[in-house]
Amino acid sequence: MVDVSEELIASLKKKAVTLRKHIIRMTHNVQSGHPGGSMSAADIVTALYFHILRVDPKNPTWPDRDRFVLSKGHACPVWYAALAERGFFPVDELLTFRKLNSRLQGHPELGTTPGVENAAGAEGQGLSFSVGLALAARMDHKPWRVYCILGDGEQDVGQTWEAAMSSSKYGLDNLTAFIDRNGIQQEGRTEDIMPLEPLAEKWEAFNWHVLTIDGHDFRQILAAIEEAHRTKGRPTAVLSRTVKGKGVSFMENKIKYHGAATSDEELKLALAELDAQEAAI
Amino acid sequence: MTAGPWKMESQRAYFGKALIDLGRRNPNVVVVGADTTESIKTIDFGKSFPDRFFQLGIAEPNMISVAAGLAAAGKIPFAATYSVFGSAHTYNVIRQNVAYTNLNVKIFCSHAGLTVGPDGATHQMNEDIALMRGIPRMTVLVPADGPETAKCVDAAAAMKGPVYCRFSRTNVPTVTSAADDFAIGRARVVRDGSDVTLIGCGLMVARCLEAADALKRAGIQARVINLSTAKPLDIATIDRAARETGGIVTAEEHTVVHGIGAAVASAIAGNHPVPIAMVGVQDVFGESGEAEELLRKYGLTAEKIVDGAHDVMKRRDRKR
Repeated sequence: MVDVSEELIASLKKKAVTLRKHIIRMTHNVQSGHPGGSMSAADIVTALYFHILRVDPKNPTWPDRDRFVLSKGHACPVWYAALAERGFFPVDELLTFRKLNSRLQGHPELGTTPGVENAAGAEGQGLSFSVGLALAARMDHKPWRVYCILGDGEQDVGQTWEAAMSSSKYGLDNLTAFIDRNGIQQEGRTEDIMPLEPLAEKWEAFNWHVLTIDGHDFRQILAAIEEAHRTKGRPTAVLSRTVKGKGVSFMENKIKYHGAATSDEELKLALAELDAQEAAI
Repeated sequence: MTAGPWKMESQRAYFGKALIDLGRRNPNVVVVGADTTESIKTIDFGKSFPDRFFQLGIAEPNMISVAAGLAAAGKIPFAATYSVFGSAHTYNVIRQNVAYTNLNVKIFCSHAGLTVGPDGATHQMNEDIALMRGIPRMTVLVPADGPETAKCVDAAAAMKGPVYCRFSRTNVPTVTSAADDFAIGRARVVRDGSDVTLIGCGLMVARCLEAADALKRAGIQARVINLSTAKPLDIATIDRAARETGGIVTAEEHTVVHGIGAAVASAIAGNHPVPIAMVGVQDVFGESGEAEELLRKYGLTAEKIVDGAHDVMKRRDRKR
């Protein structure tokens, strides 16, 4: 376990609740989008954007910034929420999500949203994109690192494994992949749609350094990142066990909330639950 | 410029050499490959610049996305393989990771069209111009020969944004020279004439010139245009040809469905519609055979272009 202060953990927990509230509001406001997989990734995104990533909201294209790549593009509400909270654009803008003329597209668009680093939507391309970034950093002898979040549904995609092979071929130790293992994809449980297990062994067999953590425990997330930074000669895959819809009891582990927004009544309940969590921190 | 005999030269050889020359001038140029690097001569870049060359195996979707990542970090990646893999197999990766992102990725593909030959229909990519023209922001290049392939390399690197360039496996007649001026987006009138216009791309430019010679013997002055940029289309040059000659024959080693013929037809339809004939692959798959045999069997010949010229002139004159 890394030595992190109680204050840091408390502030990250609070920030994660804030991001989850944004996710609920954004998807409710437009009655579409993907809240479930946004909420499962919220703690990892929070740890990265509010403790790890060297980025500059005033200069989003600063060449030496760390790169965050969201391969599971449908989870962009959590990304937009983090970017807004980090100061890349006004928090008010979040409610333009998925609306006409918005900078916050239904799936991430490069060049439109300050801080967004890749386009994603069709699954399975983000890790390959990350490999290109990591190769470029190494070629230029730059210390910046690449962090990529993949969905577990994306483990079905052949290109994910093409990327996995090329990452280890080039020994990309500046690349860390988080696999948001929430166990649910659009049409059901991952193990029913297309069995993935043993998943950690698959990544190990592709010559990655593999860590398995609770993706909602900040101490474990931060420790995994620290270990990834220490690991030389291989990329690190952090298999993060998460809960789809995490943070709102009636949304947790429900297939429905992969791609469904809350109703007006559910919105109130969800925000009340998240308020209570915030108060308890 | 007169019709043949021309020197037969390899576009791949020109491509490989141009890439090395560019690599020497520009340290940001990198190359990704997919187990076809010897065949399409990018291996030579790899030998000259091993740190800027990435062999990614038979995994073209990954190759394209890796190129996109490299471009996002400021590199100018050339992703090169056979056209069937570098267009159709990777279509949505190009669409989402290269074009939607407007990244500086240059996709250069050989083995376009029927003249792949004995490998057969699986490798004879006759639909890539159609696919790539359909993607917003994509520039599509079809060099006529070796020297023009080299110019495409330089011009693609000099412009910002995604480029798709397709050329042949087989040796093709060298109909341009290093001294000819070349610009992306500009169609070149390579022979003047006022009776009919022949618009070709790739190795069909040579056949257009042969056809123009045959027409000349019959007293017909054909204008010949080398349409080396399939997108963006040089509408001014095409429009002028339609106005001044009143009939157009297009010739491409590609399906006539959404190829350069269709592009030319839709370009002139709005301004100055004239009769048009399209020489190309007629919405069918190819087969094994030698390059020349295939071009003959599938009607990609100077004779067919001549027939097309007579046809459009007849249709035009009926109207007059």
